Amino acid sequence: MTLKKDILTSIIAVAAFTLFLGILYPLVITGVSQVAFPGNANGQQVHLGGRLVASKIIGQSFADPVINRRTGKVKLDSDGNPVTTPDPRYFQTRPSGTVPADNAAATTFANLGPNDIATKQAIQANIKSYLALEKPYDPGLTVARIPVDAVDTSASGIDPDISVANADIQAHRIAAVRHLSPARVHQLISTYTAGRGLGFSGEPAVNVVQLNLALNRLGGR
Amino acid sequence: MTVSGWLTIFLFCGILTALAIPLGHYMAAVYTGERTFMDRILGGPERLLYRLMRVDPHRGQDWKGYAKSLILFSLAGWLLLYSLLRTQTLWSWTGLNPLHFHSAPWNVTFNTTSSFVTNTNWQYYGGETTMSYFSQMAGLTVQNFLSAAVGISVAIALIRGIIGRTGHSLGNFWHDVVRTVLYILLPLSIVIALVLVWQGSIQTFTTYLTAHSLTGLTQSIAMGPVASQEAIKELGTNGGGFFNVNSAHPFENPTALTNLVEMLAVLVIPAALVFCYGRMAGNRRQGYAIYSTMMIMFLGAAIVCYIAEAHGSPAQHAAGLHTAAFSGSSGGNMEGKEQRFGIAGSALFDVVTTVTSCGAVNSALESFTGIGGAVPFANLSASEVIFGGVGTGLYSILLYVLLAVFLGGLMVGRTPEYLGKKIEAREIKLVALGILITPLAALFSAALAVASSAGRASISALGKGPQGLSETLYAYLSQANNNGSAFASYTGFIQPNAGNLGSHGITFATLVGGVVMLFARFAPILFVLAVAGSLAGKRISPAGLGTMRTDNPTFVVLLIAVIVLVGALTFFPALLLGPIVQGLTGHLY
Repeated sequence: MTLKKDILTSIIAVAAFTLFLGILYPLVITGVSQVAFPGNANGQQVHLGGRLVASKIIGQSFADPVINRRTGKVKLDSDGNPVTTPDPRYFQTRPSGTVPADNAAATTFANLGPNDIATKQAIQANIKSYLALEKPYDPGLTVARIPVDAVDTSASGIDPDISVANADIQAHRIAAVRHLSPARVHQLISTYTAGRGLGFSGEPAVNVVQLNLALNRLGGR
Repeated sequence: MTVSGWLTIFLFCGILTALAIPLGHYMAAVYTGERTFMDRILGGPERLLYRLMRVDPHRGQDWKGYAKSLILFSLAGWLLLYSLLRTQTLWSWTGLNPLHFHSAPWNVTFNTTSSFVTNTNWQYYGGETTMSYFSQMAGLTVQNFLSAAVGISVAIALIRGIIGRTGHSLGNFWHDVVRTVLYILLPLSIVIALVLVWQGSIQTFTTYLTAHSLTGLTQSIAMGPVASQEAIKELGTNGGGFFNVNSAHPFENPTALTNLVEMLAVLVIPAALVFCYGRMAGNRRQGYAIYSTMMIMFLGAAIVCYIAEAHGSPAQHAAGLHTAAFSGSSGGNMEGKEQRFGIAGSALFDVVTTVTSCGAVNSALESFTGIGGAVPFANLSASEVIFGGVGTGLYSILLYVLLAVFLGGLMVGRTPEYLGKKIEAREIKLVALGILITPLAALFSAALAVASSAGRASISALGKGPQGLSETLYAYLSQANNNGSAFASYTGFIQPNAGNLGSHGITFATLVGGVVMLFARFAPILFVLAVAGSLAGKRISPAGLGTMRTDNPTFVVLLIAVIVLVGALTFFPALLLGPIVQGLTGHLY
């Protein structure tokens, strides 16, 4: 093959493959997905009263904006994001490394190293707020009983899931605040717990987003 | 550590082998031109492509001709991808740039383009804040396919050289690329993409969503045609995530089942190629010997990583956490890991993607424990031969096989021979160059990056003490091995706003990285093709009593020893200062 012919072939090949693999292939997959699995393909959206509330599989921050008593406005941090405090009526997702927490438009790892003082301090701060939120409802709670997922940052920053042990601890608070029987709360937890893939892959995961939506559907406070 | 954790690792290996054997035999049929069950559907498009490209697929090429076509094809792909990415706003008319993102700066684009064309998929950018849907589809997805096909073609050419009985032909490059894409990558990608959507991945062109949460906060949710790219990202051992957090993102990897599917997708072609080789060589035991070598080293890596991550990190222990597993909690180092994957699913995933040249991650490597993080280091130091990338794994381990044959021959005083072909000075020189290029590129660039202030500008504020060295070394090791995984706080792109407004690249990190990727991809390919060309012309002498066997356990042990020795001698001093220091002390920095 001459060099000139080889160059021409290369250009045609790249152009043809771009049409075929870059346009046609994604279009076909999109078409089939939108027909066969429309809910999943569009992100498992949950609407309430005509408004989008959440994606079932994207973690959210279940926290209330802090209101400045003096001005009556929402407090903002130095980045201009609202300062929040965990809402005790809801199960809480895992610590997030994104800014603000659970930012699904700019995901990032927290990248805390295994031997860093900063990591120790971050975990200690998470332990402190976890105890502050849960201990009033679960007086026997000690650091030794806190499951690691509750105070370690998730990978995506939008992990929708928590461990069963984490959910069980938070269940004390939910039952007390919402005046529900512990049995009812545990029943809901198990409804929204996904088991391991094929029975062995991964860990059981409690989906906090769906769990909180279900709690609201129960009514009450 | 848990029973399900160990089951994950061992069942995974079993399922992988069960899938790889039939796929390997199918691939052998594809490359030897036998009829397959896909001919009826794909014969038409295949002939159409040949006609468009004006090539005769049956015309054999010698190694220089094969190499020339390969380089020109990669160059054309590079130029098109660079142009598409730099003109991102021009393509907004397609409606596939919903947030009107500008292009990333030239130096970041140089790095990204070189990265995707070399099957590295190192990313200095975050997908959802940088790339339009159009760039992801028409630009990045295409190179996900093509760079994978190029790698596989080189492996097939080397096989033909080793087994060749007539003349100097290594086959036809265009034939190999077209058949790889049509008969292997595309059908498997379609199946995997649909499985991902069935499990919860998204596939849509709609703009980013805005959710109004139950507590009155708003949340913007990035969307896009994710599943179609995710499938080939894993299958082609590419690894460049649609989103910044890669396979940790619930839309890329929604369930524990998809985690398993994605890991299988990464390894199935590299594993199948080994069986494909045995079949094409007409000597399946050769394939089994190489497969055993890979599997033993893979299991070793997975087991060490799992134990280290299940143990937890010094920072966790210093904070007073108990990291043992108990009912309802996996325990271990869950920092930077997702609940649905747990410790074993995260450790195994990251071992799978660092033994191969995939480099996708479902957890933050930077947050792995010293020893857990040393495993990806060791995998990269072994130059991607434990399964390795699609094609690159097989051709790289075959270089080590030739080296082991040579060393074995020296030890017992026999003429080094492989499958009846004499290994002589010319081949061994080329093999040695092919093996040493990657470590040379990695160590030289990492040293430059640590020693210069321009290089140190990329180290994060968090990267104090050995962590700073670890993340720098990992960055260049990963790019030189065309892997693409990262200790992700090492940065080359300062991006204050989503959409690239006001962003700039760090020129040292982006350019050195880009050049390293190109050099460490194409130089070894040229050496491999030269070896193939050199072997292709040799006569095959019948095996006699004096022939050293290359298909028995003794040879497997020799091969492992050669791989480990070369890797250890090259990288041990550097690893000692980074991850090993971190693994051996409980000291915090």
